[in-house]
Amino acid sequence: MRYAAPTSISEATRLLAAEPGQSQILAGGSDILVQLKAGLAEPDLLVDIKRIDGIYDITSEDGGYRIGAAVSGAALGEHAGVKALWPGVVEALELIGSTQVQGRATMAGNLCNASPAADSVPAMIAAQAIARINGPDGERDCPVQDIPVAPGRNSLAKGEFVTSILLPARPANASDAYLRFIPRTEMDIAVVSAGVSLALDDNGICNEAHVAIGAVAATVLVVEEAAKCLIGTKLDDAAIDAMGAACSAAATPISDKRGTVEFRKDVVAVLAKRVAKIAHTRAGAPS
Amino acid sequence: MSNIHVTTTLNGDQVEYLCEPQETLLDVMRDRLDMTGAKEGCGSGDCGACSVTMNGRLVCSCLVLAAEAEGQEVETIEGMADGETLHPLQQKFLDHAALQCGICTPGFLVAAKALLAKNPDPTETEVRYWLAGNLCRCTGYDKIINAVMDAAAEMRGA
Amino acid sequence: MALDNKRDFKIVGTRVPRPDGVDKVTGRAQFGADKTAPGMLIGQILRSPHAHARIISIDTSAAEALNGVKAVITSADFDKASSAGNQDALDNCMARGKALYDGHAVAAVAAISATVAKQALKLIKVDYEVLPHVTEVEDAIKTDAPIVQEGRQAADTPAGLSQNITHQMSFGHGDLDAGFAKADLVIERSFKTAATHQGYIEPHACLATMGPDGKADLWCCTQGQYFVRELCADFLGMETSQLRVTASEIGGGFGGKTTVFIEPVALALSRKAGKPVKITMTRDEVFKATGPTISSYSDVKIGMTKDGRITAAHALLRYQGGAFPCGTIEFGLMSAFAAYDLDAVQAEGFNVMTNRPRQAAYRAPGAPVAIYPVESVVDELCQQLDLDPLDVRLKNAARKGTKSSYGPTFDEIGLVATLEAAKAHPHYTAPLGPNQGRGLSCGFWFNFGGNTCVSLNLNADGTVGIIEGNPDIGGSRASISQMAAEELGIPYEHVRTIIADTSSLGYNDITDGSRVTFAVGLATIKAARDAIQKMCARVAKLWDIDEDAVIWEDGFAKPAGPNAGAFEPMSIAEIAAIANSTGGPIAGHHEVNANGAGVSFGVHLVDLEIDPETGFTTILRYTVFQDAGKAVNPDYVEGQMQGGAVQGIGWALNEEYIYGDDGLLQNPGFLDYRIPVASDLPPIEAVILEIPNPGHPYGVRGVGETPIVPPLAALSNGVSRAIGKRMFELPMSPPKILKTIKG
Repeated sequence: MRYAAPTSISEATRLLAAEPGQSQILAGGSDILVQLKAGLAEPDLLVDIKRIDGIYDITSEDGGYRIGAAVSGAALGEHAGVKALWPGVVEALELIGSTQVQGRATMAGNLCNASPAADSVPAMIAAQAIARINGPDGERDCPVQDIPVAPGRNSLAKGEFVTSILLPARPANASDAYLRFIPRTEMDIAVVSAGVSLALDDNGICNEAHVAIGAVAATVLVVEEAAKCLIGTKLDDAAIDAMGAACSAAATPISDKRGTVEFRKDVVAVLAKRVAKIAHTRAGAPS
Repeated sequence: MSNIHVTTTLNGDQVEYLCEPQETLLDVMRDRLDMTGAKEGCGSGDCGACSVTMNGRLVCSCLVLAAEAEGQEVETIEGMADGETLHPLQQKFLDHAALQCGICTPGFLVAAKALLAKNPDPTETEVRYWLAGNLCRCTGYDKIINAVMDAAAEMRGA
Repeated sequence: MALDNKRDFKIVGTRVPRPDGVDKVTGRAQFGADKTAPGMLIGQILRSPHAHARIISIDTSAAEALNGVKAVITSADFDKASSAGNQDALDNCMARGKALYDGHAVAAVAAISATVAKQALKLIKVDYEVLPHVTEVEDAIKTDAPIVQEGRQAADTPAGLSQNITHQMSFGHGDLDAGFAKADLVIERSFKTAATHQGYIEPHACLATMGPDGKADLWCCTQGQYFVRELCADFLGMETSQLRVTASEIGGGFGGKTTVFIEPVALALSRKAGKPVKITMTRDEVFKATGPTISSYSDVKIGMTKDGRITAAHALLRYQGGAFPCGTIEFGLMSAFAAYDLDAVQAEGFNVMTNRPRQAAYRAPGAPVAIYPVESVVDELCQQLDLDPLDVRLKNAARKGTKSSYGPTFDEIGLVATLEAAKAHPHYTAPLGPNQGRGLSCGFWFNFGGNTCVSLNLNADGTVGIIEGNPDIGGSRASISQMAAEELGIPYEHVRTIIADTSSLGYNDITDGSRVTFAVGLATIKAARDAIQKMCARVAKLWDIDEDAVIWEDGFAKPAGPNAGAFEPMSIAEIAAIANSTGGPIAGHHEVNANGAGVSFGVHLVDLEIDPETGFTTILRYTVFQDAGKAVNPDYVEGQMQGGAVQGIGWALNEEYIYGDDGLLQNPGFLDYRIPVASDLPPIEAVILEIPNPGHPYGVRGVGETPIVPPLAALSNGVSRAIGKRMFELPMSPPKILKTIKG
């Protein structure tokens, strides 16, 4: 394996495109280093993107924020603006691993690693985040939900990598939240997770909602049926229950060392309902 | 296999080393620089025994490539005491019997120091969550938490 | 001379700082992986990817030809061991003929770097014939189960059980049928527990150096350097005198570092390469190839009268201890009913071999999974008969004079005192909220004494050096120094205790069985008395009076009385100063195979809350009550009680070895082998009781193992009471609790 630390996007894409063998991106390293050690990844070239100019930046953009691909969970959690705008995304990213892992792990890495249990991904999808991708053919933007395609596999073409993620502006009276279930209080991979983002009109009626659930299918699922249950309601118990049931119905989990099918289908509804209530309260609903 | 030349700052001292691309910062500290204070308990970021700070950020040195340390500032357990004077956290760990076997102790101390730099007055719950990535199998954590809380109070001058 | 059974202490019982503390908070302490040697090679081990496979051939030629590779070994590089038990230990270090579990070592290399060693492992070609495998107790006992090892079956295996059965045995007394007939309620339940790992944070590591002259040095993290020496010398065909083993600081063991895994491999590689070889296990290797504990499948039946008297008790315990015969079942059977004074009791059971790693001791080996079903059934009886669970335990508690369920009659024991302390504690009557439950359980461990050897050297300035042979796994150098200082009447700071290598001191048993503070403490006290006797003799010589006319008091030699003459008392420093002129250096020694360890009981109380929608358990409050005999250093006694409790909590809630249908371990890492983290826990309150052990001069009992025993049933009882349905399986991970709630 060779290691390269390019200082510009163009240099990085050139290196990636020119590599005849396997190449891999190094951002926070909390996934790739584990895979290297275990022999699960054996790239010929590892491209460390953290020396690229601006890659650590968090910048305001059209009422939202553009988050550089090397911004760690710890750094994002210290950004009052992002935290106020998209608290669910920030809390999701901050749930990944330990304090130590937070010092390195990135949203872009979590996305591209394409785990169905990735914590920040349901929250990003619910937030309608847009990934900016650079590659040999230049720059393109892509909804984050289109990036993971299967466990461990993403849709990026050879030579491409995510350089930043845009968390868009959101209307007034809107917010988001994320919850996951783990057997301990920390240090686990989500057994089930749910992210909800929603907006309320002046009368407190939900007029926009996005629901994404994790660890219950091969990729994070966007559950439009669940979102529909909320839209047009004041998130009364019946709406919330219907929304939970829709999540449960959409889930197609497997039984594995972390949980059973039955457990995941049950608990995804529990979490989705809890998280919708949190988002609702954050959006300004009377609690 | 071509080695990479790295210049970094370790506990305030500028050091240079050659490393293989896949070697971690932990590997280099332990195997090339004779700094064995940071321990490898898992090699996957799950135990915290290899905790160091890089540019002030708490990280697992097993999850950092040695090549990434180029131009960075790394602080380890070896840099924690000021000469013969122990850091208040080190002293409180002794006073509270916060270690049994001691293998996790350097990681806990480095992590706790990073916590108190960010939050000088943490609640017990905040200490427990901050340190959740540092595994201890001997103590049940009780005396470790007490030591950190007491050190925080002393450092605040309380 | 000091009184034999001292009760009035100055240093023993205080919270002195540990002598190795500064090294451990500064990163200077040297653990297993922290040592290097000039010219050192890196050793790595090739492991079986199959749960069970015949090794047809191993071709190492390509690995040997790789530049930088200095040695490749297989089982052919070892001698035949001198006993069946030793052969099992060796075959576990390096598979011979068959790979018996996922991760079983089959070959090893030594190379100039880890990178080269890793490449070399890939070049070793092993031709396997994959065999059917079995990993679960209930499958392995069936007559049609794959046979893990031929010819190992216990001679008295009950009919209808497989050839994998070893160690069939039974303990008990009285007429069970008559006992059950007297009961108002009889409950019989089946229970399962999963295998857990000791989970020490330090992976096994060693550095071996063997020269062409056949002399060897080994540095390793171990609980017993002498046992490592015996095994390695046996496997390598060496005389023990030619192998010196030095124990590093040890990063946790809990029983798991009481045998060898990589040490003989490193020595064999060093012998072949002619250079020092270091082997450090990865965490994955630790989980796959070092000692998990047993898993179990057990039936317990207990009868009780309406007023809470147990009339009869029976247990059938089935343990699996991995791919080799495993005697841990014996400890389980002996401990199952130890807390109770019973007229009719029987515990019977057996071990069964499976395609899993060879079991290694884990803190009170065998006892937690034996006592868990017993304490669960007792709790259910209490619930159904509407009786207070502490009152019922007090009513049936073993005490002095009780004929124990495993044979011996108990001397002074602390069970009643711990139960009474629990009952009087505010925890026991604190209010509980919705979805909350309170669980309790008794725990027991035998404790052990064993072979022990201590030297005490008086230095020229009157300070003292203690040489003992047991790795300090949790502060024992402090407690040993305290006992020496106490006995000699000198300040704690004037004593320094070090741990000898195998060439510097006579044989010592392993640091196990909660034996060190008891047995090494006892030998230290006796060595101090030996030194005192010699010091008194020197003073007698100086004063020109009879030896028995000089007594030792508070660190001074004094005339025994007015008849002995009028002499100024001499301090230990003054005596040290005259050593050269009165006969030379002064040292005390004691060698003993210590008996009288004194059993230990504990009671744990836990309050917990269950999330009824997810099955998540939150521990709200936890209190440990335990008899320590005499707590030499209360800080480290509390530490044992707290640490053991938390290991037990992990066992009860989330820790488990998970095997797939392919027989491969699915969770060989700290991510999915879930030991408790700091945020999972409340403070663990430790209440020390001191019921002196008559077998120790200061009344000390071992404390290290008992605390892992009660949490399994305490948590299971707490969860069962919180959800209103009984739990019968560990770990009680959230999916299992939720299923029980919904079921």
